[in-house]
Amino acid sequence: MTAVPSTSARRTRAGFSILRRGGASIGVVVTTLLGLLVLTFVVGRMVPADPVIAIIGDQADQAAYDRVYSDLGLDQPLWRQFASYVGDVVTLDFGESNLTRNAVSTDLARVFPATVELASAALIIGTLLGVPLGVAAAVRRDSWVDHLARVVGLVGYSTPIFWLGMMVLLVFYAKLGWVPSGGRVGIYYEGLIEGPTGFLTLDAILARDWETARSALYHLMTPALILGYANTAYISRMSRSFMLEQLQQEYILTAQAKGASRQSVVWRHAFGNMRVQLLTVIALAYCGLLDGTVLIETVFGWPGLGQYLTTALFFADMNAVLGAVLLIGLISIAINLLCDIAYRMLDPRTK
Amino acid sequence: MTGLIDTGGQSLHDWLIDEDIKSRRQALAQRWYFGLRHLLSSPIAVLGLVIVVALVLAAAFAPLLATHNPYRQDLGRALLAPSSAHWMGTDELGRDVWSRLVYGSRTTLYITMLVTVLVAPVGFLIGALAGFIGGWLDTVLMRLTDIFLAFPSLVLALAFSAALGPGIENAVLAIALTIWPPVARLARAETLTVRNSDYVASARLQGASTLRILWRHLVPVCLPSIIVRLTLNMASVILTAAGLGFLGLGAQPPLAEWGAMAAAGRQYLIDAWWLTTFPGLAILLVSMAFNLLGDGLRDMLDPRKG
Repeated sequence: MTAVPSTSARRTRAGFSILRRGGASIGVVVTTLLGLLVLTFVVGRMVPADPVIAIIGDQADQAAYDRVYSDLGLDQPLWRQFASYVGDVVTLDFGESNLTRNAVSTDLARVFPATVELASAALIIGTLLGVPLGVAAAVRRDSWVDHLARVVGLVGYSTPIFWLGMMVLLVFYAKLGWVPSGGRVGIYYEGLIEGPTGFLTLDAILARDWETARSALYHLMTPALILGYANTAYISRMSRSFMLEQLQQEYILTAQAKGASRQSVVWRHAFGNMRVQLLTVIALAYCGLLDGTVLIETVFGWPGLGQYLTTALFFADMNAVLGAVLLIGLISIAINLLCDIAYRMLDPRTK
Repeated sequence: MTGLIDTGGQSLHDWLIDEDIKSRRQALAQRWYFGLRHLLSSPIAVLGLVIVVALVLAAAFAPLLATHNPYRQDLGRALLAPSSAHWMGTDELGRDVWSRLVYGSRTTLYITMLVTVLVAPVGFLIGALAGFIGGWLDTVLMRLTDIFLAFPSLVLALAFSAALGPGIENAVLAIALTIWPPVARLARAETLTVRNSDYVASARLQGASTLRILWRHLVPVCLPSIIVRLTLNMASVILTAAGLGFLGLGAQPPLAEWGAMAAAGRQYLIDAWWLTTFPGLAILLVSMAFNLLGDGLRDMLDPRKG
């Protein structure tokens, strides 16, 4: 929490032209991307399993082994292997999945929308609950709302999310029968909608297939609420500390002295000034959600990126693992970059 | 107690609150004493402390607390519901869940301690060197930090665990690799605040080496905030370790680990709720305790940021 004001202070430091900052931030993005590639490359090389044996089996003779070894480029110097790896990634060639026998990029394109759908739903829930809760907690400091926000935050920060998912299934699926056991849509509706967006709920609504839409929403609700809760904890905590920071400023006193109503002071004056910081937090929350989806998708059998990654891990399908990890890293970098740009555009102090 | 410390004839309590401080040691002791008093005045921090102490005691006296051998299988007594013989029931191999939970505290403590021991010096050194020496070293080290920070931490730990292979030591290494960047950032920020101060300059003029300045003058400055950061981090270390265990990448069977225990119970979730419920509660309790303690320590070391 204490890091945030210092970051904003650093970001608003004067003396830089926007142009120069733009150039610097492109440099930062390029080095971060390169670092990401080095990281996944090194992880790929560190794998204890021999990639040659994974392809030809351990019964093959030495000649076959050597041939595959050089086919894979493993006899090349390391920097050349890295260069060809970068070339592969740039052309979206992540190799073939040993498990599905598809190109990893095809698989990723198939599972990705499901994760975006889940994470976005969770983010909407987290924002709608977290921001008002955090603001109310700051405005009425040490009241019951503040205590509630504190408990929500503490429990949210401390709960193993996969366990929470299983507990919800235990109570609301097994005992009460209120929620489905998992998956993305009821089994009767499976494969009916092949929509334009890949977000099943949205596609079903666009196709005016209300039954499928209802079933999809019903399946989306539980995992989204669980992820959304974890998100509420984070967003409300940050909103609270931003709002407290604003309320201590002198312009608030001025506004009050001028007779502005409490409503107007909080929402027009203070909230207006914390919007940009809040945007950053919400964007970072989205990155955090990618962590949560890995576990929650596994618990709820949600056919997204997280489940794809954990299944691939389980079967030591390294191409698929590295592809998924790289994709998640790329999304995080993209979100951070967008955040920076939004910050510069929306915060008048950076002009 | 008084025999251990030279209090100059005063009682220990008087020596600790005496405003006329006579020695460096007395000043230090007073700082700890008042800090502790401040910490203990917050019931929430005390609650956290009590749970953490309980965890340590459970790990230390596991053989006394466990009612059964946590590793002995007895398929004839598999999946028994909680009863007076098995307080938390038995698992799918007939092992006593309570006893495994007690022994699991050792795994949890082992992971958090090892991660902390790895991360604290590495994070401090990277951050302090970046801040103190500055220039290109600062740029390179902070860029490196940014790259690690760009990843969601569980996904990064997953990737490293996948590369290193399953196992508890590898899980520790994977978690440590994801936890150090915030510590390095913190150490850098603290270093920057004192780098140009007079006492550091005077130490340098006296011919102190960089290493000596780092050790004698920067470590004491950075230590409090790093301790707070690491305590708060322990909660997320525990959650990440449990997540890795849940995905089968952390501790391997038959070692008792809470995340793996909860994962094993997933298959029997409907028929044997106790398999998943109790290990998860243990994770929740301990990670909450570290959060509470961390908040308390932060208030104690820096009352401004409430």
